[in-house]
Amino acid sequence: MSKQQNSIMEWIDKRFPLTTTWKAHLSEYYAPKNFNFWYYFGSLALLVLVNQLLTGIFLTMNYKPDASLAFSSVEYIMRDVDFGWLIRYMHSTGASMFFVVVYLHMFRGMMYGSYRKPRELLWLIGMAIFFVLMSLAFTGYILPWGQMSYWGAQVIVSMFGAIPFIGETLSNWILGDFMLSDAALNRFFAYHVVTLPVLIVVLVFVHIIALHEVGSNNPDGIEIKANKDPRTGIPVDGIPFHPYYTVKDIFGVVGFLIVFCGIIFFAPEMGGYFLEDNNFIPANTLQTPDHIAPVWYFTPYYSMLRAVTVNFLWIDAKLWGVILMAAAVVIFCFLPWLDRSPVKSIRYKGPYFKIALTLFVISFFVLGWLGTKAPTPLYTLLAQIFTVIYFAFFLLMPWYSKIDKTKPEPKNVTK
Amino acid sequence: MTDSSDNRKMSGRRRFLLVATSVAGAVAGVGIATPFMRSMMPSERAKAAGAPVEVDVDKLEPGMLLTVEWRGKVVWILRRTPEMLGTLEKLNAQLADPDSQREQQPAYAQNPVRSIKPEILVVEGVCTHLGCSPVYRKDIAPADLGADWLGGFFCPCHGSKFDLAGRVYKGVPAPSNLVVPPHTYLSDSRLLIGSESKESA
Repeated sequence: MSKQQNSIMEWIDKRFPLTTTWKAHLSEYYAPKNFNFWYYFGSLALLVLVNQLLTGIFLTMNYKPDASLAFSSVEYIMRDVDFGWLIRYMHSTGASMFFVVVYLHMFRGMMYGSYRKPRELLWLIGMAIFFVLMSLAFTGYILPWGQMSYWGAQVIVSMFGAIPFIGETLSNWILGDFMLSDAALNRFFAYHVVTLPVLIVVLVFVHIIALHEVGSNNPDGIEIKANKDPRTGIPVDGIPFHPYYTVKDIFGVVGFLIVFCGIIFFAPEMGGYFLEDNNFIPANTLQTPDHIAPVWYFTPYYSMLRAVTVNFLWIDAKLWGVILMAAAVVIFCFLPWLDRSPVKSIRYKGPYFKIALTLFVISFFVLGWLGTKAPTPLYTLLAQIFTVIYFAFFLLMPWYSKIDKTKPEPKNVTK
Repeated sequence: MTDSSDNRKMSGRRRFLLVATSVAGAVAGVGIATPFMRSMMPSERAKAAGAPVEVDVDKLEPGMLLTVEWRGKVVWILRRTPEMLGTLEKLNAQLADPDSQREQQPAYAQNPVRSIKPEILVVEGVCTHLGCSPVYRKDIAPADLGADWLGGFFCPCHGSKFDLAGRVYKGVPAPSNLVVPPHTYLSDSRLLIGSESKESA
């Protein structure tokens, strides 16, 4: 650094802790040296968030949040705005890829026990981000005001109507009308472009601050802070995030962008999974499409919603479906307290956990696949079976994680 | 505040001021939230919309379904054939609420055919599960609905089934029968949906 640069830094540092912040979060933030492939997805989630914010701002320049104009304004962006198609496909592909990287990021945490003490709060903040992300995806999907936008929203809002006593008032309050109409589109636009983005940015910031307070977990699930060099006070197994992991993450970004661009240029609709065929038809309030399914990232939960067909206790099947669906998402929050294993990482956990996690992943995929299909008695039965497996993974965890045969954890991180 | 004896004085005036400020703050918070929350309820314009709809059912062929819009909702008018009406009683055992016990219809439609005139069914085409609009399937025993299907309405969203009087089957996600909206006949063929008074809107 030249003398002049030095004096500029000094001037700033006296007024804002720039050097201190840089050191605390990058050049002297010590992360475990054994991060593997699975550790790309945190930084990739950040990349996709930036992509969504940037492309989103440019989309609002031409989009019109009005039930009579919305659909054609999206078509206008696609056909008449210079590079409008690219910006819109970056945004729509980004939405699906956001869920891809977030699901993998969560799965990483489940494999290596990243939710365990002292990272419970970090996990909960992450779950809050996940809830906001789901809301963003839902409100965003309504905006083109196509057939799937309209009927998808109809189904979701009707869920609130299932709540006893206050249901009807609540759904009128959500919609700002007695039915799904322009009023709802207008306010969902406000949530999608102002409320929720602000929330998610704040939560991501808090997530990173919490991470840097407790330190990153690693594939071995051991605390690197427990083994510090007595002379320097730096963890023996730690390396500075910058330059080591910034360089590694850039490699991940390049790999990700190759896939991302491949989708944008060659399969932006992804065979109806990223952008559904029926959403290229303007919303028709009088006709539900023959087959309606949510976008792929919601299908596992959608399967559970319709898996419930029996009334139980004083609650009818409809409300049970809604409760089950909500519980399936919220239950992740309890992981830190459901896991009673003496070790964190799957590397040292026993066969019970490995089998349980495998069954959970299978049930997630099967439910996801069923959610894209029209309901038949066989599919409903399958959905019921896999819903039970999905919940069993969580609810039986205190038991199987405790009696499982674990291996001893190493003192230092391994390869 | 640096001295511990100072802190002990918290029990007196300072505690009162702390509680008073908190309570006043909470009241102000609720107060300021009220207009914002209220602004999200249906507006006066939304409330004013939704006038009754008049339909001429004279040209409706037997077995034909007419779809009209009332308050943004789908309303079906179906002229049922005698054969169709004949299926209703056979299905009673398979239905969740065959006698229309639940309040999903006005009193004048709480009968075995759920209508004022037996042949003309007026129901909201809104699934009581999650608000999709079911499909009219009058074909008997189609491959996808099974051999004992006698015609009715099938919801493509979550697989709920209703018979030709809008009564829900057992073992499907929808909890109750389709809603019969308030309606009346102004003359033999002029049907008014959304109002029960004979004076036309």
